[in-house]
Amino acid sequence: MSALSAPQSTGAPTHVATPDVAPRLRRPPGKIALRIAFALLIVIFVVGMLFPFYWIIITSLKSPAALNRGTRSVLPSAHLTLGAYRTDLLMTSVTGVNFGRALLNSVGIGLCVVAVTVVLTTMAGYALSRTRIRGKKSILGFVLIAGFFPPLAMVGPLFLTYERVHLLDSYPSLIITYMVYTLPLATWFLANFFSQIPHQLEEAALVDGATRLQALRKVILPVAAPGIFTVAILSFILSWNDFAFSVSFINTPNMFTAPLALMGLGQSQYQVFYNRIDAAVVMITLPVALLVIFAQRRIVSGLTAGALK
Amino acid sequence: MLASDRRLGYALVAPTVIVLVVITGYPLAYNLWNSFHHYVVTSGQPATFNGLANYARLFHGQSFLPALENTAGFTVVSVVLETAIGLALALALNRPFRGRGAVRAAVFIPWAVPTVVSGMLWKSMFDPQQGFVNYVLRVLHLPGGHVTWLANTGTAWGAILVADAWRNTPFMAILLLAGLQVIPSEIYEAARIDGATAWQSFRRITLPMLKPALMVALIFRTLSAFLIYDVVYAMTSGGPGSSTDVLSYLDWRAFLVQSDFGYGGAVAVFLIIVCLAIAAAYVRAFRVETVR
Amino acid sequence: MANVSLERITKIYNNDFEAVHQIDLEIADGEFMVLVGPSGCGKTTVLRMVAGLEEITSGILRIGDRVVNNLSPKDRDIAMVFQNYALYPHMTVGENIGFGLKMRKLGKDEIQRKVRDATAILGLDDWIDRKPGQLSGGQRQRVAMGRAIVRDPSVFLMDEPLSNLDAKLRVHMRAEVSRIQRRLGAPTMYVTHDQTEAMTMGDRVAVLLSGNVQQCDAPQNLYDHPDNLFVAAFIGSPSMNLYEAHFADDGTRLLLGSQSLSLPERIRAARPGLAAYSGRKIIIGLRPEHLPLAGPVDDQVLCGDVDLVEALGSELLVHFTIDAQRVRAEAADEEEEDQFAGRGAGVARVDPRLPIKPGDAVRFAVDVDRMQFFDPATTKAIWA
Repeated sequence: MSALSAPQSTGAPTHVATPDVAPRLRRPPGKIALRIAFALLIVIFVVGMLFPFYWIIITSLKSPAALNRGTRSVLPSAHLTLGAYRTDLLMTSVTGVNFGRALLNSVGIGLCVVAVTVVLTTMAGYALSRTRIRGKKSILGFVLIAGFFPPLAMVGPLFLTYERVHLLDSYPSLIITYMVYTLPLATWFLANFFSQIPHQLEEAALVDGATRLQALRKVILPVAAPGIFTVAILSFILSWNDFAFSVSFINTPNMFTAPLALMGLGQSQYQVFYNRIDAAVVMITLPVALLVIFAQRRIVSGLTAGALK
Repeated sequence: MLASDRRLGYALVAPTVIVLVVITGYPLAYNLWNSFHHYVVTSGQPATFNGLANYARLFHGQSFLPALENTAGFTVVSVVLETAIGLALALALNRPFRGRGAVRAAVFIPWAVPTVVSGMLWKSMFDPQQGFVNYVLRVLHLPGGHVTWLANTGTAWGAILVADAWRNTPFMAILLLAGLQVIPSEIYEAARIDGATAWQSFRRITLPMLKPALMVALIFRTLSAFLIYDVVYAMTSGGPGSSTDVLSYLDWRAFLVQSDFGYGGAVAVFLIIVCLAIAAAYVRAFRVETVR
Repeated sequence: MANVSLERITKIYNNDFEAVHQIDLEIADGEFMVLVGPSGCGKTTVLRMVAGLEEITSGILRIGDRVVNNLSPKDRDIAMVFQNYALYPHMTVGENIGFGLKMRKLGKDEIQRKVRDATAILGLDDWIDRKPGQLSGGQRQRVAMGRAIVRDPSVFLMDEPLSNLDAKLRVHMRAEVSRIQRRLGAPTMYVTHDQTEAMTMGDRVAVLLSGNVQQCDAPQNLYDHPDNLFVAAFIGSPSMNLYEAHFADDGTRLLLGSQSLSLPERIRAARPGLAAYSGRKIIIGLRPEHLPLAGPVDDQVLCGDVDLVEALGSELLVHFTIDAQRVRAEAADEEEEDQFAGRGAGVARVDPRLPIKPGDAVRFAVDVDRMQFFDPATTKAIWA
């Protein structure tokens, strides 16, 4: 029985039941009220959480004229337009920022972060779960602590260092730095994931005549593919989410990441164009929102790695 | 065999460790060194040793203590708020009902919004002319319909809190839900047969068994709340005045606006110590739980 | 095809735990050798050392004429069936079976032909394109077998391959594995903790305890002539009844609690070693089937009180108590021991149609010629 569906067994049973059975099938009225209250609360909560999305979507579809009239209704205005999206994607601001370009930059950086993270943490996860190296606990402990480092405390030293090695204002400066977001979580998750793959699988491959590397490539990695995929998704989200490092290291407008480009968007000397801001918010949010909807189980399992195991 | 196995292992784990040492260990050391020096990069002067002067500035200067106070206050309020709502939500989502999967996916979506973007989103929601908040207050003839939320010392924190809770409560709920789901249902059934009421089984079974997950979620949230930066940057830039200034934002300005790497280093060291203290609490709580 | 020879094979782990102590074993070409023993006896470690999955601390391991101590598994020409089958979950049945051939770089056609042959032998033809996740336990077990036989290796290693099957299927597969092994003729080392499997499948059985081979012999010899108390108790189900007895000073009578049995001259003559125990303690062993109910003329009799009767259809297991001290062999079948570990407990296997009830006092005729004797201090059997 669901809380959101109509309670089905509340009426008298249609079949003939003995008198002492029928009352037991009927739910007491207090319980029904409780269930309705529960359902109502859930609905209110969900609507509340999702309402901001509705609002920014309808605002993003407003024309500048509609925007100037101010907010008159919670309903979408009569004349919806994709103008704000078009302007965002195509127009380059006087300062040289183009949001479409910034989105592409974020995607590119995200994919690089995914690639590097997957390669490094697959190696590390395998080593930490499948080889007999000493100091596994210390390594995992260090990796965990690194994950707790405050990003803004690292900005200064990294800024000077990147400046010295001429990496400032470059994509690699971000890709390297984003490793602090992705490596700790991914290492823990994959070390955990690999250790759950039975040892016998690898041994069977060795007995079947595979070398250690062949066993890794043909047996362990394919079996670990779901875990590696989870790491890829999480790495992309974490990279996509960054603002602190990109605002610190990137200066050239056409190298801006999407969140960075969003900051100056739609602000003129006289007016703030919220339709353009909200259009950009929609475009930034959409890819990750889709990931969250379709890969939620993976994301949650990744986020709780090391936390609950 | 063992030797070659170890060689392979170290070779495979080395890149990850090296990268992390370079981007965390090295900045820590550099910050530590800077924090005992007068070092303003743009001045062109080399760093000069100045003992504890930078740390003294933390506690005698004008900006650090208010920012610390703001940060700590925000951390406590947001963590308590988000934990309470997150726990309630997790308990609700742990009950079977039709459409639960959809509800769970739906409430998790705000987490998909990048933090700084959630700041921009709520900035637009709180805009006095275009925003939803003032509009609905005016329509319902409620007080506050003409408040400029983000430009007001008294209300700016409220707006930031709403934005933060909106994005992070789902994360809290999802972590706690994962913790609830590992509690086997047989235990509840056994408790019911033993005559436990709903409250008793929550108090005596759910809470104790949820403790590891709760600890972890709490400390994750405490850390990220303590390091709040993106939302403040997007919504208020620390204003009005410095009423919403926070430590991370202060440190960022010290580094990249004032180029004062000595002072910035001291703030950074303070931040790192607090974070590692929270991390240590996490590791310890975790160990206590697994030993038991 | 080749024989396998273990010479003083020892395994000491990093933490100084000696899992296997100087084991000597010869497995002849085509022989089915079962390693049996309680958990922790080192049997799996021996197998893994032969496979090359575990380093050999000392000793010499030969397959055929080659010393293979330092060869990696892929160079030893062995095949292994694992306890949990270790099927590759991302490959089909055909790919699983063919993986070893692919690693040896055989041609596609040849691989396909050999895989077909193997699936035909195992009755897996219809499942060749399925993934392991879609198979039943028995089918998975066959795939694991197929993966081993397709390679035509010089040695088969099997690590409790039937332990994850239900009882009925296990009996069926027992026969099938034996059949396949005889057909292929490669020497086989088979690890199990189940003495029934050991008895029914092995050409010879090596009984292990704490890293030592206690006895290695054909199953019937193990049963009839155990070398020591442990083997006596481990082999056979229900296990042998072992009691502490006192040898009378003149060496003609055995005292079990308040009862006594006389030892005829022919037995004393056949086992002169017994004379040394006159006036001392000795352990006697009686198989359950050597305790029929006594008739009026029987004179070698033990009286007991019936605790429990298990009717198995073909026989009746009578659990009884006598007032002698029961001896527990180290790590013998624990469940059974614990259940009836009381003072003087024992089991007799009698005609199923006898009307015996719990609470009855019964007289068992003791077949003294088949009685076995053990030294209480060394636990060694006294045969001569």
